[in-house]
Order: sequence, then C-alpha cells, then structure tokens
Amino acid sequence: MEDDENQGGEIKKFLYVNRRQPHGTVYALESLETVLIGAAFDQDVSMLFIDDGVYQLKKEQSPDVMEFKNFSKTYKALEMYDVEKVFVERESLEERGLGVDDLLIDVEVIASADVKALVDQNDVILSF
Amino acid sequence: MGTLNIVNKSPFEKRTLDQCLKRIGEGDSVLLIEDASVSAVLGTASAELLLNASKQSKLYVLGPDLQARGFADATLLDSIESVDYEGFVNLVVTHDRVHSWL
Amino acid sequence: MKLAVLVNEGPYQHQASDSAFQFVTAALAAGHDVMRVFFYHDGVNNGTRLTTPPQDDRHIQKRWTSLATDNKVDLVLCVAACQRRGLVDDGEAKRNAKDATNIAEGFRISGLGQLVEAAVEADRLVTFGD
Repeated sequence: MEDDENQGGEIKKFLYVNRRQPHGTVYALESLETVLIGAAFDQDVSMLFIDDGVYQLKKEQSPDVMEFKNFSKTYKALEMYDVEKVFVERESLEERGLGVDDLLIDVEVIASADVKALVDQNDVILSF
Repeated sequence: MGTLNIVNKSPFEKRTLDQCLKRIGEGDSVLLIEDASVSAVLGTASAELLLNASKQSKLYVLGPDLQARGFADATLLDSIESVDYEGFVNLVVTHDRVHSWL
Repeated sequence: MKLAVLVNEGPYQHQASDSAFQFVTAALAAGHDVMRVFFYHDGVNNGTRLTTPPQDDRHIQKRWTSLATDNKVDLVLCVAACQRRGLVDDGEAKRNAKDATNIAEGFRISGLGQLVEAAVEADRLVTFGD
C-alpha cells in the first residue's frame, strides 16, 4: 500500500455507526470528533447514519438557542478530511418523515437490507 | 466469521434489539448482555423476535448478567446459548469484528 | 490476540465500566494481550483517585489501577473529555492553571488519537457504553 503514514503502515477500514440524536446526549458530537481525529491516521473511513442518527444530518439546526456548540456545520467539512463515504438508511429517514432534501450534505442512501454488506466490508465498527 | 453484535438494552424498554436483528444475517452472532440478558428467558414477549433471528444468526447470553438479575436457574429459549466472560472473550476472538449497539 | 477496549460510561452509574473490567480480566486470564483501555465521554470519571465508595461496595478505580500495575494494561483518559469534566494530571494542571490534580495511578491523559491508534493496532476493539 502506498499510504503508510500511521505507525504500523496498516490501513484499516473504519465504519462509524451513528444511531443517536445530536443534542440530547454528547455521543454524536464526540463521534464526529473521533472521525476527524481518525482522518489524520490515513485510515479508510465510512460513516453510517441509521435510526435516530439521521437527525444528526438535519438542515437548519440551531443548537445555539441552548448554548450548545453548532457542530452540524462540521458535517459539511467532512469532505475536506477525505471522509467521502457517508451512508444514510432509507427506512430510518422514512420512519421519521424525512427525505434527502432535509439533509445538510449529499449522502448515499442505502436500504436496511444493505447495512449488513456495508458492515461486512469494514474492519472496525465504532458506535458511541 | 461474521460480526459479533452486542446488545445491552432490555427489549421491553428500548428498540435496540429489534434494530440490531433486522440489520444482521448469515454468519453473524448476537450476544445479549446487561439489561438485554433477560430477553433470553423462556416465556417473554421477545421470544418470537429471537426465534426468527436464530434461523440465521447464533444467539448468546452472558450468564453472569442473568444470574445477577435472578435468572441463574431459569429456562432459556432453546436457540440461545449461555456463556461466561471467558466465552464472551472467545466470541470476540472468533468473529471478524465487534459491533456494540449502544 | 491483541485486544483494545473502549469505555464510554462512568463508574457506579452504569454497568458498562463493570462489564468492561470483567471482560478485560477474562481476556488477560485467557492469555490475550489487552493493549489499551480507552475511556471516553463520562468514562473518564473511572480515573479519579478521589472516590470513596462505601466499604461493602467494589472500588472501581482501584480495580482498574491494579490491572495497569499488575498486567501493564495502558489506561488512557480522553483529554478533551477530561477537560470538560475536571480530570487533571500534573501536565493538565500546569497547562490550564488548576490548583489540584486527581488522576489515579495507572491512568494517563492523552488525545483521541490513542483510541484510533488502538483500533488500528489491535485485532479487535470492544466497546462498552450506555
């Protein structure tokens, strides 16, 4: 492999599974921070948003009304960190009355039945 | 061999078990720990859900968590195998990856 | 096999920290190498030396510390999570002008990169949380 800046020179495939809403708990924010730090390790990173995790990508969030950090803007910066594989499950969107037009960024929509295949392609599953 | 999926929420309180089971398949396993362990006991409303899952996936429950909750001698669903922490470690080692459904 | 563990919840509130401890103990007994336990979110609260649990209860911090001293398990607290929650070592006390430290023996404070590194280097990562 040509990309060997990390210690072992090993490239692993990381899948970050996001299943929680953004502001009720700290997990979404800290998952995103891990993705950004992880990007510096030159690993192969994908993100999957299922269940309440799809709310993390909702447009027009104003967490500043609660004096929370507005980290939803950071999702738009993911591309700059070479995180280009962002998957959202169709059934999770539908269940919540949402569509891709409600989302902050371009994503790849996959069916619930395809989640297993995605998980199977990865070495490490991180879910907070 | 597949993914070891760990679920720790009671199916009578949260939907995590259902959310996990509908997204896994052939070669995957599920380990019920902490508050999820009680769903392994025979005669609960989650029996059908677990029975269906067992057609494709191997199901395990962490014995010490059942004991702690008063189910040391309980009859478990046929399709579920009880393991101790040593068995938990073995499951981690024998699967390709671990997915904790928090 | 080389294993890494992630703990996302604090002691006494949620079973996660206990489950993680039992898992690590069993893994070591089976001859596996637990190269790191990374504490994130409220999990960093496992690393304060100032807790005084009742005598008839387990001492969660001391259990972790003994894993570090007896088995050389690397116990790492996420620095950003520590700063938000008041977990302080000498370096952090100097850097942020705090008048005390509370980190327990066997723990160290470091960056999130340590979690990613552990996930890269270990054969398996196991997460315990809420």
